[in-house]
Amino acid sequence: MSNPPKDSSFLNLPRDLIDEARYLGKSIASAVHNKIKDLSTLSIERASLRMLGIRGANQEGTPWVNIFTEKCLSANLIENGALMVLAQVCKITRKDPQQSVEMVSEGKINLNDLIEVSNYEEIKILCHELANKAYENLNYKKKERVNFINTLSSGTKPYLYVIVATGNIYEDVKQAKSAALLGADIIAVIRTTAQSLLDYIPHGVTTEGFGGTAATQENFAVMREALDEVSQKTGRYIRLVNYCSGLAMPEIATLGLIEGLDIMVNDAIYGILFRDINSLRTLTDQEFSRRVLSFGEIIIVTGEDNLIKTVDAREMAHTVTASQIINYYLALKSGLKPGLIGLGHAFEMDPSEDDSFLGELAQAWLVRDLFPKSPIKYMPPTRYLTGNIFRSIVLNAAFNLVGVLTNQEILLLGMPTEALHTPFIQDRFLSIENALYFKNAAHSISGEFSLKESSLIRKRAIAVLNKAVALLKIINDKGLFNALSEGVFASIKRPESMGRGFDGVFTKSSSYYNPFLSLLPGEVNGESED
Amino acid sequence: MLIKPYGDTFNDGAIQISFSLPLPLGEKSKKASLELALKMGIANPKITFTQDLGEDFSFFIIYGNLSHEIDIDSLKISEVKEPIIDFWDINRLIDEKFNRKIVIVGATIGSDAHTVGLDAILSAKGYAGDVGLERYPVFQVHNLGSQVLPELLLEQIMDLQADVVLVSQVVTQKNIHIHNLTQLVELTEGAGLRDHIILICGGPYLSKELALELGYDGGFGAHSLPSEVASFIARRLLEKSK
Repeated sequence: MSNPPKDSSFLNLPRDLIDEARYLGKSIASAVHNKIKDLSTLSIERASLRMLGIRGANQEGTPWVNIFTEKCLSANLIENGALMVLAQVCKITRKDPQQSVEMVSEGKINLNDLIEVSNYEEIKILCHELANKAYENLNYKKKERVNFINTLSSGTKPYLYVIVATGNIYEDVKQAKSAALLGADIIAVIRTTAQSLLDYIPHGVTTEGFGGTAATQENFAVMREALDEVSQKTGRYIRLVNYCSGLAMPEIATLGLIEGLDIMVNDAIYGILFRDINSLRTLTDQEFSRRVLSFGEIIIVTGEDNLIKTVDAREMAHTVTASQIINYYLALKSGLKPGLIGLGHAFEMDPSEDDSFLGELAQAWLVRDLFPKSPIKYMPPTRYLTGNIFRSIVLNAAFNLVGVLTNQEILLLGMPTEALHTPFIQDRFLSIENALYFKNAAHSISGEFSLKESSLIRKRAIAVLNKAVALLKIINDKGLFNALSEGVFASIKRPESMGRGFDGVFTKSSSYYNPFLSLLPGEVNGESED
Repeated sequence: MLIKPYGDTFNDGAIQISFSLPLPLGEKSKKASLELALKMGIANPKITFTQDLGEDFSFFIIYGNLSHEIDIDSLKISEVKEPIIDFWDINRLIDEKFNRKIVIVGATIGSDAHTVGLDAILSAKGYAGDVGLERYPVFQVHNLGSQVLPELLLEQIMDLQADVVLVSQVVTQKNIHIHNLTQLVELTEGAGLRDHIILICGGPYLSKELALELGYDGGFGAHSLPSEVASFIARRLLEKSK
């Protein structure tokens, strides 16, 4: 995605305030990084196995990678890294990684019987060879994919993002193709309710789900093929989104990479606060996930919109800004370039309040100005939609106007039937038609205005940024983990030793080795932020 | 008296409908949409808008005049809304009677991740200008958030010695919400707690009738206000303590 011109700063925010926010964001991200750098998790180990191409499950549907890592854990070998164990098994059996994983999982080889590693360096070399070969394959596939995408138009901004959520991947395909033909640029397949709490990736093509469709490697492939087909039909590349979050976050990142996804919703803070996932676990998982996504040049989108869904959106707008700044620097640390960091926010203020529309404009411009190189994702109103579908269309139009006016890059389209049911096929049509009107009719509007010095919008944006900086100071003083345990965000308290998935976190031993940690892109340095 | 929908003339039956058909847009699907309208009892159906949705789907907006009518004198309405008790009266009445805080535990249970409704009732901010239960000095509110397993909720009810339990359920595919709600009732009964707590459920697709049928003391559907829930709780507590 190309970047807006550098002099596009609209609000003319005080330079020292921005600098302070950035300094604090960097400092918070560094402290998080230091805290997790010696940790790994069962899900990172499983993801590393999936990077090698390991797939499939036993007859009960338990994935091989889960059984294998559990066996490494009970044999007290996990601290060395699952790939080192696997390399050792491969060396002994002379089988390929997939066969070796299956043999261990089926109990044909007992990990307790593995001889003490005497030829450590030799196994390390084999381990590196396996990973390097997989990495080169993935790199080749990625280049092929880029070549395919380059044969198509990439569409125009803002990209129109719609969701499908029937529960049946084949029904999702019909709805997605229809939306693409009507003008959607991005299709997100909503996951089945509570998949984020599963500590594994379900297996196979699925036709049943609650509130969404299971995220499986096979379902990803079905939708990717369908969207490639419709991309060729329209000549416009249609991007695919899924959720890289929850307990299996790193594995989902790997599947996103393998199956050619373009965008993934990825935000540990969201999982900590709203899914009670352990903070150490998911921030460690996120670091690895983001490095995988960076390699795949997959855009992440973050979930700050959720921070204002249950509290007063106007009063708490600064928590969105603070979280975005933290997320941005965490992402840079994990190798994502600014152009891949799609920070999220939302149009969720109470529409009955005076000048709430100005508040929305101020917030949208603030995000745009703070992150000029990032593909900002803007979420539509949901809280104050009542089932009056006609009024919902009015609010969605206001949202679309703010989106076009403030140069948001990804517009997640609001549905008239929000709060009623997952979208029907015609709901998407009405929403796309609504957004296309503003996208076309107000195409050049953003360059037409400048704010007067006493502008309410500017005042409001500076006030939000001031509050955000004050909050970042508190978080920086305490450290992100303590801040989370004290309830700084959304008043929800999440201690670092509690929550789901904590038992899957372990400290890497001195002989831990995972070649992907050196192969995958690392911290983005020397990034110019002006 | 017989009543029909009203557009601009009494009993003109004016009605609008919209739907999609799994057919490409064409003469056949247009004809099908009109035939469906006639079968619904819509006289003079007129297609005012059509759209080809691609992938062999089409969308229709149809206006017409409904031929059905309803004799409103024959309708019996069972539900009479209980009057709201004033915020200050609730606090005074409960304080006088119990001289302690009433413990309220709220959660969405099972796989349900939606907390907007629960938060609207519980959080101090409330909903549509109506303050939430947290704002009532006599209530001590524990909002356990989303996706709490019924078994864990039971533990919390015991640990916190809850007087009132509010559960929220939205997801309705394949009636999973009914299963979750029933399970909670059974668990509280099994633990011998059922008679000691006031059990309330809420959600956009819940009704008072369904709630009672499932074994709850009360149920609140879409657009319920915190003050309605608070009044219900106060009234029940006072009745129970008689």
